[in-house]
Amino acid sequence: MTPDILTNQISLLIPEILLACGAMALLMVGVFTKGEGANRLISALTIALLIGAALAALFLTGGDGEAFGGAFVFDSMAMFAKVAITLSAALALLLAMPYLEAERLAKFEFQILVALAVTGMVMMVSANDLISMYMGVELQSLALYVLAAFNRDSLRASEAGLKYFVLGALSSGLLLYGASLIYGFTGATGFNEIAIAVADGPSVGVIFGMVFVICGLAFKISAAPFHMWTPDVYEGSPTPVTAFFATAPKFAAVILLARVLLEPFGTMVDQWRDVIWIAAVLSMAVGAFGALTQQNIKRLMAYSSIGNMGYALVAIAAASQTGIWALLVFMSLYVISVIGTFGAVLSMRTREGMVEQIDDLAGIAQRNPGLGWSLTALMFSIGGLPFLVGFFGKFFVLYAAVQSGLIILAVLAVLFSVVSAAYYLRIVKVMWFDEGEVEFVAAPISIYWVTRIAGLSTIVLLPVLGWLIFRAVNVGTALL
Amino acid sequence: MFGGTEASISILTFAPAIGALIIALFRFTSRAEDQALIDQNSRGVALATTLATLLGSVIMLWEFDTSIAGFQFVHEVTWLESVGLGYRMGVDGISILFIVLTAALMPLCILASKSIKKRVADYMIAFLLLETMMIGVFTSLDLVLFYIFFEGGLIPMFLLIGVWGGQNRVYAAFKFFLYTLIGSVLMLVAMIFMFQQAGSTDIRVLLDTEFGRDAQTWLWLAFFASFAVKMPMWPVHTWLPDAHVQAPTAGSVILAGVLLKMGGYGFLRFSLPMFPHASDYFAPMVFVMSIIAIAYTSLVAFRQTDIKKLIAYSSVAHMGFVTMGLFAMNSLGVQGAIYQMISHGVISSALFLCVGVIYDRMHTREIAFYGGLVHRMPVFAAIFGLFTMANVGLPGTSGFVGEIMTLIGAFQVDWWIATGAAVGLVLSAVYMLTVYRNVVFGEMTNPKLENISDLNGNEWIIFIPLIIAALVLGVFSTLITDVTAASVEALISNYNAALSAPAQ
Repeated sequence: MTPDILTNQISLLIPEILLACGAMALLMVGVFTKGEGANRLISALTIALLIGAALAALFLTGGDGEAFGGAFVFDSMAMFAKVAITLSAALALLLAMPYLEAERLAKFEFQILVALAVTGMVMMVSANDLISMYMGVELQSLALYVLAAFNRDSLRASEAGLKYFVLGALSSGLLLYGASLIYGFTGATGFNEIAIAVADGPSVGVIFGMVFVICGLAFKISAAPFHMWTPDVYEGSPTPVTAFFATAPKFAAVILLARVLLEPFGTMVDQWRDVIWIAAVLSMAVGAFGALTQQNIKRLMAYSSIGNMGYALVAIAAASQTGIWALLVFMSLYVISVIGTFGAVLSMRTREGMVEQIDDLAGIAQRNPGLGWSLTALMFSIGGLPFLVGFFGKFFVLYAAVQSGLIILAVLAVLFSVVSAAYYLRIVKVMWFDEGEVEFVAAPISIYWVTRIAGLSTIVLLPVLGWLIFRAVNVGTALL
Repeated sequence: MFGGTEASISILTFAPAIGALIIALFRFTSRAEDQALIDQNSRGVALATTLATLLGSVIMLWEFDTSIAGFQFVHEVTWLESVGLGYRMGVDGISILFIVLTAALMPLCILASKSIKKRVADYMIAFLLLETMMIGVFTSLDLVLFYIFFEGGLIPMFLLIGVWGGQNRVYAAFKFFLYTLIGSVLMLVAMIFMFQQAGSTDIRVLLDTEFGRDAQTWLWLAFFASFAVKMPMWPVHTWLPDAHVQAPTAGSVILAGVLLKMGGYGFLRFSLPMFPHASDYFAPMVFVMSIIAIAYTSLVAFRQTDIKKLIAYSSVAHMGFVTMGLFAMNSLGVQGAIYQMISHGVISSALFLCVGVIYDRMHTREIAFYGGLVHRMPVFAAIFGLFTMANVGLPGTSGFVGEIMTLIGAFQVDWWIATGAAVGLVLSAVYMLTVYRNVVFGEMTNPKLENISDLNGNEWIIFIPLIIAALVLGVFSTLITDVTAASVEALISNYNAALSAPAQ
């Protein structure tokens, strides 16, 4: 490897370099800063770092290209995903700050771990080689394992962390095994080379390897039948960590899965479409039926995310330009709504501490109309009901599916969406129809505004949706 | 006004939403101790908004050119143009009367909501949002836009039933929502398929697109799943009695007056013109279902002990006339179906308001509780009697015109159909007259009724426009048929042309 390969195209990696160096620098700041304000300073700096990375991805990389001999790719999809990931991580941090302080968990490592996890994620969405893919996945996973168990004195959080680690390690093993099979049968690790190798009919070994890779990534996006860890981890982890889990890592893993399936294995659609088809239907079914009986709102959101990942898989199964941009639009709108919902969950603090039962929301629409209306709008939006913006996310996913001739999948998707509407409606019912006495203390200002703005965005985004779609459509056209 | 600026129709559609926004702004920005004042003022804001909307819709009707069959007052804005979706609004002779009906019923609903005492501001916000959704259904010229308005109405209605409803409101709200949703999502997939085939969601483009015969069958069934539930047709009508009984009076009025008409409008706008072959193929099935609906639900209505439930079943029966007339696909049948929808919008609304009058006083809807009301409430007895007769279809009331037109239309297709439906006419007289006798006439045996008072000023104001409408439309039938004629003729001639075209 000559120095030329290393320095050439280095500008493509500016967001990653910024994040990695920034995280390490902030670690030093954290170690050497003492006093009350240190933690807040690091939070603010981390948020600035994440926003800086988003800006860098937008403006500083100098166009599309590949680096490190094709192992790293920066294209419009990677850019879109990087901006979405870094911004949603910044929002999650914004939600986390007051919570961590109130729960006496405010240690500066939290922000550093988030920054490192985000570094892994932005690597994932740019991975163009099995090895860089694995590195990205592991970097984010290791940071996330620690985050899940961040409240180490809590038994449930430790359990969540351990469970996440064991199952995550298993999925990494599957991923690695699949990668080794693919390498063994094609003789290449780069996506471009694999694509050439499988172009004239793949061997059985490659198909096996590909299925293992799909399984490994399905763990990461918590698609059924690899979803078992999700409800426990979502429930056990500290709520802002759950908010983070539900957004940025999902976005990264979905984009990675789309890239793996559409670029190296783009010619093998017939082989992988059935796998994704089944995983999509199972995810939507598990998400819809599993959530119906949940009492804990974080657990419910876990099942909701399983179901929504099913929708994301529908878009991937379409295997088309439309599928790609529908996926991006869907995920972006989903992430915004989920952040807002967790903002609402974080607002559920009584004098005694946090509460997470759905019944604790009883009558909240009357006592706290801002929170009630926001969460109502967010629930309807995540449920994909018109006239809220979430409807369009699902609409375009269905459009992509119908365009690719997957009409049965589309019909199943809408039927499961009716089932899932039942539990979103149940939250609305509890907030509006029931009488309750649980008084929440006033939410901290950041949580207050994130919830309200996300709630408002379900309607305000409608007129500007065209812009988002326009960006996403460009990605789809550029990719395929 | 409507000739002047393109956006008029959008302003009309979104005017109620703006009213809702104003109330919401005050609701969310003010302190807790001011909420009572806001509740009080929200009634005024809502009434003013709905009256302004009514005025707008009347001006639109005034400026509407009845000689044109196509769409008028079209307003288009590019929106999501990169994928072929757009924001398109407009009206034709089929849709404009429904807009006026909606706009006319809304102020009455606001007035009839005097008995709502809790969370009035939220109530008014939900009601105004609902009005925008309902008007939007009739003004949208775009498939996706139509779906958004069509389904969007569920959300405020869900809240209206669930928060301000009766005893069993939660069950009714869920049943209403999920039942309607499951029908509509199938329609959504069908719409996406049409979008993908035609490359546009513009209804005007889709009207000129010919879908393959096999595709038409499936598309028709998917749309039917949605509209049949909304209508509602037998056997998917079971959500309606629950929703009606549990909804607050104004909610029932809107449900019966407008929401049920969306199904019939959907058939007219989509199923019949876009899938003529499938419509023709399935017409016998629709006739059978219509006759069963008319006869069976009339019998069911006869056995009800709850007045609201009885009127709900009677609505199902009357909607049977509508579907029968629509699928007869001749001028009289279709015109009659529209007439019947408008007239039912007036009559059933009035009947629900009548029930609301006695419910507000006695807080029960049990028929057995009442009796001999004529001794204490002569004016109410007269008004209730008038609308009972109108519901039965007495000549001179609007109910007669719609029923006779649909019957003749069906007769022209096959006299058996008309005969079956005519039997239902008799049955409707049986249950309506029975309930009227039991509630209004006879001795006043229940001591609790001793102090019941007759109509107050507010109720007078509500009923007078409805009485005028029922009687005027019973005599001057051209008021409606002149508006709808051109569009209906065009619809029928296109339909027949499509049917007689050789198969590809």
